[in-house]
Amino acid sequence: MELIENLTLGFGVAFTLQNLLYAFVGCLLGTLIGVLPGIGPVATIAMLLPATYGLPPVAALIMLAGIYYGAQYGGSTTAILVNLPGESSSVVTVIDGYQMARKGRAGPALAAAGLGSFFAGCVGTLIVAAFAPPLTELALNFGPAEYFSLMIVGLIGAVVLASGSLIKALSMILLGLLLGLVGTDVNSGVARFSFDIPELTDGISFIVIAMGVFGYGEIINNLSTPEEHREVFTGKVEGIMPTATDLKNMVPAVLRGTTLGSALGILPGGGALLSAFAAYTIEKKTKLKPGEVPFGQGNIRGVAAPESANNAGSQTSFIPLLTLGIPPNAVMALMVGAMTIHNIQPGPQVMTSNPELFWGLIASMWIGNLMLVILNLPLIGIWIKLLTVPYRWLFPAILLFCAIGVYSTNNNSFDIWMVAIFGFIGYLFIKLGCEPAPLLLGLILGPMMEEYLRRALLISRGDWSVFVTRPLSASLLAIAVLLLIVVLMPSIKKKREEAFVED
Amino acid sequence: MALASQKDFFSGLMFTAVGASFAWGATNYEVGEAARMGPGYFPLMLGIILSILGVIITFQSLTKGGPGGDKIGSFAWRPLGFVLGANLSFGALLVGLPSIGVPAFGLIVAIYALVFIASFAQPGVKIKSTLILATILAVGSYLAFVKLLNLQFPVWPAFLTN
Repeated sequence: MELIENLTLGFGVAFTLQNLLYAFVGCLLGTLIGVLPGIGPVATIAMLLPATYGLPPVAALIMLAGIYYGAQYGGSTTAILVNLPGESSSVVTVIDGYQMARKGRAGPALAAAGLGSFFAGCVGTLIVAAFAPPLTELALNFGPAEYFSLMIVGLIGAVVLASGSLIKALSMILLGLLLGLVGTDVNSGVARFSFDIPELTDGISFIVIAMGVFGYGEIINNLSTPEEHREVFTGKVEGIMPTATDLKNMVPAVLRGTTLGSALGILPGGGALLSAFAAYTIEKKTKLKPGEVPFGQGNIRGVAAPESANNAGSQTSFIPLLTLGIPPNAVMALMVGAMTIHNIQPGPQVMTSNPELFWGLIASMWIGNLMLVILNLPLIGIWIKLLTVPYRWLFPAILLFCAIGVYSTNNNSFDIWMVAIFGFIGYLFIKLGCEPAPLLLGLILGPMMEEYLRRALLISRGDWSVFVTRPLSASLLAIAVLLLIVVLMPSIKKKREEAFVED
Repeated sequence: MALASQKDFFSGLMFTAVGASFAWGATNYEVGEAARMGPGYFPLMLGIILSILGVIITFQSLTKGGPGGDKIGSFAWRPLGFVLGANLSFGALLVGLPSIGVPAFGLIVAIYALVFIASFAQPGVKIKSTLILATILAVGSYLAFVKLLNLQFPVWPAFLTN
């Protein structure tokens, strides 16, 4: 068995006491920093990258893997506890995770996220090991037209996700896409919508908008309701671990999320994000069991599925990185940077020319995952203690961490002003009943979509029919249309509205 | 005239206005054609679609809406002002505003300012507990961000360190 041989080789390289220690330290640091609201994996890795310079390559990559998983899980923790998605792929975790926390079920939510991620990570590792070579060929069949259509599916999926009016969610996506276009156009070098402000030529960062709209907007809204009506948290915290019913609901959701995440992660370009969104959409389409909490009000499946999907997705997103040398997201781009510092050029040659490193890296990903569970399950108790801190003390601290996090990503006070602006906008959205989650997805996909649309139309010489004449692209678009029709069908529309009736 | 949904009416207007301004802004850049898209092509397209959606939302809001007309309600100016004010003064004190002659006061002063201003977002300010909170956060941030993580912050006021 080639697979077992390869994995044995990998674990032989990675499984030393010293490396395990690095994985542990990395995971601990990653979690501690990642759990600060507003500091996501990208910022955490960027901060801690210099600490790994002095290590041998395998140890450095193992420590980075630990930091990555720690930071990612830390991001999910803040998503669940304080309604702040630390990174794009936990945007959907916020929806049900925060509701669970408010109902005193933060413990099970955190455990579901951790266990789901661990399972997905294990499966993802196996998939990378087994299918890296053949799956690369599938990804190669994706041309620009297919990518564009895939993003349409992702965006329509986000509309289905949003509660409330469909057309408003569509508008929020468009608004996000437009905001994502602010900054220098990669093709012509023209600085668009930057009003001659030098900082804007780099675009508006995801962190600024996420923090402003989700963090500040929510805080202001919370403070504006009188203390006794405030929907922050119920006082009692029910249990740390999931109950038997929770587990029964969780398992299928984790399995579905893992499958979806593994498949979508292979596609370069935000695999983890798309898979989290898609996984949540699918969960929402399945029937609720009698007595189950509806989605959007704290359903454990709404946490377990996207968290497993984004972890499986981030695992399999190593396939394009290692086989094609294309970093699929910002974190992977940093990993490429770290690899180059250690004189490793990611690409097809790594697997053949440096098999110890290739399989060692894959094994270290799994070790990073394992450390995460070992470290975090006991810590859940500490995290939920955070919720007992009175809001009067909590909100200035959140504001402070947001401001520090925003400032330290670019060492630029301009971002602090931008957060204030988006905080106001976020409050406005709440007032006008506009859901912000689709906006964030649009924001991230905006520049990518433009690029793929441009390339697709360049190849077809301006012929728009290319999107329906290529079979893969056509089937993706068909899925998008189908999704829209399903949502718009009178019977389902009625059900959907019932499901979203405000509590 | 009574609106069926005040929220939708104004959000429609907002989308139309934002879409139209993006579309208008996009015409300042080269638009090009589908086969050779200029920097203005995609934003122009999106801006037009967004403003059309906005108009539809506005029109729908005249007839369709929740019970009670989906009133927006009054703005919570107090938390809005103090939360954003706390954030802005943190930035201004941290690095200073040379254009209007504010020197950089550094991280510690900025943290105290942020916590104090933010605490006014709620009625019933308790000076003593705010002071304790600010001190905890200042010491904690100094240890975590400056000492442990080695982040580059101006920590103390510029006129004291020089």
